Amino acid sequence: MINKEFFFKGFKSIIKPDSPALALGCCFIAIGALLKNLGFNIQESIFSTMLTYALPGSLVMAESLLVGASLLNIFLAVWFVNARLYPMAVSLFPLMMHKSQPKWKYYFSCHFIAVSAWLIMKSNYKSIEKKNRIDFWIGIGCATWTTAVIGTFIGFYASDYLDKNIMMGLAILNPIYFLCMMVGAMKTIQIGASVILGLLLGPFFYFFSPEWSILLGGLFGGTIAYFLGELNVN
Amino acid sequence: MSTSIVLAILVTSLATFSSRLLGVISSNGIKETSKLFRWFNCLAYSTLAALIARTIIFPVGVLSDASYLSRFTVVLLCLFIFFISKKNFVYPTVLSAIMMALLSEYL
Repeated sequence: MINKEFFFKGFKSIIKPDSPALALGCCFIAIGALLKNLGFNIQESIFSTMLTYALPGSLVMAESLLVGASLLNIFLAVWFVNARLYPMAVSLFPLMMHKSQPKWKYYFSCHFIAVSAWLIMKSNYKSIEKKNRIDFWIGIGCATWTTAVIGTFIGFYASDYLDKNIMMGLAILNPIYFLCMMVGAMKTIQIGASVILGLLLGPFFYFFSPEWSILLGGLFGGTIAYFLGELNVN
Repeated sequence: MSTSIVLAILVTSLATFSSRLLGVISSNGIKETSKLFRWFNCLAYSTLAALIARTIIFPVGVLSDASYLSRFTVVLLCLFIFFISKKNFVYPTVLSAIMMALLSEYL
C-alpha cells in the first residue's frame, strides 16, 4: 500500500513558505465564487473541483455554460485547454515509475497532475529515492487537491462579499505564481528556451487559432528549445 | 443538482482525465535519461508557458475585464519583486493580488 512516511512528507510540502498552496487556494476561491454566480449549487461546485481539478478547464466549462454551448463543444474546448496535461504526465511519471510499485498507484494518482503539484514534484523529486517517489507524489496531490476543494467551498460562500476588483486580484494570483516558478526553473538552456518560446509563441498562435494556440505554442516552442539544448550539448 | 450542469461537469472531467491517463500510459517504457523524455520535458515547460501567457494576455473570466495596462503593470512589477527578493515566490504572488485589485479600481 502507500508508504505513510513519504505520503505525509509530500503532504506537508505544501505548508512550506514558498509552496503554491496560497496561490492555488485563492484561485479556487475565485472559481467557487464564479460557479455560484453561474447558478451552481454547493454540491455541484465541490463536485466540479473534485472531478476536474484543473483551473483553466473549469474556467472554460463555466464560460461555455454561460454562452449555452453543447456538451460536445464543452468537451472539445476543455480538451484543447487541458491537453497540456499529456506532456506534463509524460515528463513526470518516468521519474516515479519503479518495478516494486503496483500500477494502480500511477493510474490513480494521474488525477493529481496539475501545474502546482507538478512544479512541486519537479523541484523535489531528486531528494526522494525513486521507489518512494510515487507515495511522495500522492501526498503532494492529496494536499493540493484538498486545498482546491477548500478554496472552492470558501469562494462559494464568500462570493457575496467579494467585489469585482477583489475577484480580479484573486484571478491574477495563479498566473503570477506560475510565471515566477517557471522563471525560477530556467536553469538550463533547454528549460530557459522552452519557457521563453512558450511565452512568445502561445499568444502568437492565438491570432491564428485560439483553440490550438496553447498546444501549437508548446509544440513548436518545446521542439525548438529541445534542439537548441541538444546542439549546445553536442 | 440540475442534469445539464452535472453532465457538463462529467464531460469536463472526462476531457481532463483522458489527457492525464494517456500521459501515464505513454510513460511506460520511457527512460528518464532518454532523448524522448527530454523532448517531452521541453514540451511540458513550453506548453505551460504558453498557457500562462494566454491567461494573462487573452484571459477568460473576470480577468478579461481588467485593462491590458493594469495586467502588464502587475506582471512587470511582480517579476521585478521576484528578482530583487532573491527569487522568493510569496512576495510577488501576494502583492500581485493587492496591485491588481487597486489598479483595476483606479486604471
